Amino acid sequence: MVATEQAKQTVEEVSGEYKYGFVTDIDTEKAPKGLNEDVIRFISAKKKEPEWLLDWRLKAYEKWLKMEEPKWAMVNYPEIDFQDIYYYAAPKSSEDGPKSLDEVDPELLRVYEKLGISLKEQEVLAGVAVDIVFDSVSVATTFRKKLKEAGIIFCSISEAAHDYPELMRKYLGSVVPVTDNYYSALNSAVFTDGTFVYIPKGVRCPMELSTYFRINEANTGQFERTIIIADEGSYVSYLEGCTAPQRDENQLHAAVVELITHDDAEIKYSTVQNWYPGDKDGKGGIYNFVTKRGACRGKNSKISWTQVETGSAITWKYPSCLLIGDNSVGEFYSVAITNNHQQADTGTKMIHIGNNTSSTIISKGISAGKSEATYRGLVKVMAGAENARNFTQCDSLLIGDLCGAHTVPYIEIKNPTAQVEHEATTSKISDEQLFYCLQRGLDVEDSVTLIVNGFCKDVMKHLPMEFAVEAQKLLGISLEGSVG
Amino acid sequence: MLEIKNLRVTVGGKEILKGLNLTINDGEVHAIMGPNGAGKSTLSYAICGKDGYEVIEGSVLYNGKDLLSMDPNERAGEGLFLGFQYPVEIPGVSNMNFLRTALNSQRRYQGAPEVKAVDFLKLIRAKAKELDVDPEMLKRDVNVGFSGGEKKRNEMVQMAVLDPSMAILDETDSGLDIDALRIVADGINRLRGQDKSILLITHYQRLLDYVVPDFVHVLADGRIVKTGTKDLALQLEAKGYAGLGIAENAA
Repeated sequence: MVATEQAKQTVEEVSGEYKYGFVTDIDTEKAPKGLNEDVIRFISAKKKEPEWLLDWRLKAYEKWLKMEEPKWAMVNYPEIDFQDIYYYAAPKSSEDGPKSLDEVDPELLRVYEKLGISLKEQEVLAGVAVDIVFDSVSVATTFRKKLKEAGIIFCSISEAAHDYPELMRKYLGSVVPVTDNYYSALNSAVFTDGTFVYIPKGVRCPMELSTYFRINEANTGQFERTIIIADEGSYVSYLEGCTAPQRDENQLHAAVVELITHDDAEIKYSTVQNWYPGDKDGKGGIYNFVTKRGACRGKNSKISWTQVETGSAITWKYPSCLLIGDNSVGEFYSVAITNNHQQADTGTKMIHIGNNTSSTIISKGISAGKSEATYRGLVKVMAGAENARNFTQCDSLLIGDLCGAHTVPYIEIKNPTAQVEHEATTSKISDEQLFYCLQRGLDVEDSVTLIVNGFCKDVMKHLPMEFAVEAQKLLGISLEGSVG
Repeated sequence: MLEIKNLRVTVGGKEILKGLNLTINDGEVHAIMGPNGAGKSTLSYAICGKDGYEVIEGSVLYNGKDLLSMDPNERAGEGLFLGFQYPVEIPGVSNMNFLRTALNSQRRYQGAPEVKAVDFLKLIRAKAKELDVDPEMLKRDVNVGFSGGEKKRNEMVQMAVLDPSMAILDETDSGLDIDALRIVADGINRLRGQDKSILLITHYQRLLDYVVPDFVHVLADGRIVKTGTKDLALQLEAKGYAGLGIAENAA
């Protein structure tokens, strides 16, 4: 139901002619279609990157060429032609977007309204060219000042390459190696956007960090690279994404996120992903191949992933934790909703390396329409990891009888002191539940929203407050028309 | 006023109600009794609009409005409440949240402003107290892990908060111990006397000791075959359906 005419059009255009190529000065800001060394050099030059980073990209490219696309996930999609994609385009000028909300698909606006998004924000989300006078700019400025006072680095990945080269060299690719998988190698070669965060020793970040507040980065990048480092005893909560469906021009997304926590540090990473899922017949839609991993390097450190995945035609995503430090803690809380023809293969990996490490996995999958949702998770306890603990709970909720839910847990235990628990359930929204709600006065949509939110409560309660309220509404919108 | 005329209802292609007539005026309490399979629950579901209960003939008017053309939630908005024989569980949804969503949905339908969180809290606490229900129960998930008696009490709390003008109670008394029965009866009696109409569907006349009905009907084989007062219920209790010439499993 989040069909955005723009996204639909532009997604088609990515594989065809590039509509916005008529304006000359923009044309020069765009690398030619396809991927080769020259394109990578072009990107690196545009970003004015240091030599080492260019070398790093080129090596990644070389390795990528020798790799093969993974086929093990339970997702089907037409073959991607990697030479038919633009890998670099300069930030959009005002020529590109709609001139006002009048030009935006009313369906998209209806969704914004349901989510309770202000008009100004709607303009930004729909890609309407707005002058830099709207409220959040001033918010962002005060925001950045406050962070700077605390010694926190919060900038784009390109800025970090210039301004903090030591940190970048130290951490880039340190959690997700270039050759980790096909898409991480691709991302390493061509990443053009993303966020860099460093929280110094002992600092508790005074606010939730969100890319939303990083001005001049309104458009989500196609190949994002995010690095978050929490130094000893620090804490940060990071929000990624947006509940509102966003205008997006790229069909293929392959982001890499690396998190690092040192002794006694904690990172809480929350995602709401609501990209264009394709139309009712499964046409169009974003392919989302993401590699997210956190390394709990220090003792008593903690990394917590919370995700609400409602968008994209294909989701391939396994936010993971390497529990290296003794007593470190990894958490994964996930809600994945698929409707119509969406396919999601998502889960986590918890790798227990240090002693007394513990992990919790709570995954809630909701399938409707003709969609397929798979939970795929690995819990691995290394031989040297004494007293590891894991608790896993995977629940699937089916709406209708044309969808599918699959649970694929892998458990590898090499130390006899480990305690691992796995629980899984599959259920349906019953006619009895629905009628009970209807009889009390709720309409069908509100009833489904209520029941689904109840089903997801154990995950939703881990979202930051303001995110959670919107995400609750989003669940309902994503499932519109799935019942009755 | 609820007016049911010549109501015929099929379930899965089988005719269960075969031309039922019933009129309930404002402020009246009617009890429907009858053997198993007579169509008692079918009647309550058909009035409230449950899927799968197909009306093939007849009409149901409520205050002059055609209920049969309305969605179930609209019927609720018109003031209809069904106390379920088996209230369902909704995991992860607190009673408070459920009931507030329900109340506000009905108020929206009625064109009334939504109830503020604070006011709702006052309202539900007051109702729980009246019905001697532990306020902790309100925080628990809807009917999850509730005993049979707790579920029925919960129905009474919902009824008190939603304040319907017509309540249909489908074997609300079944499986209750004497204390729970008193609470349920108390809930019903509180609704009564405010010009509200009540339709009690029950197997036993036990509940009718606490809630004395204005009329008692016997439903058998899809029709109302006998109508009387409280005495009819007592007669049934004493002689059984067969004793009154009604086949036990007429359907």
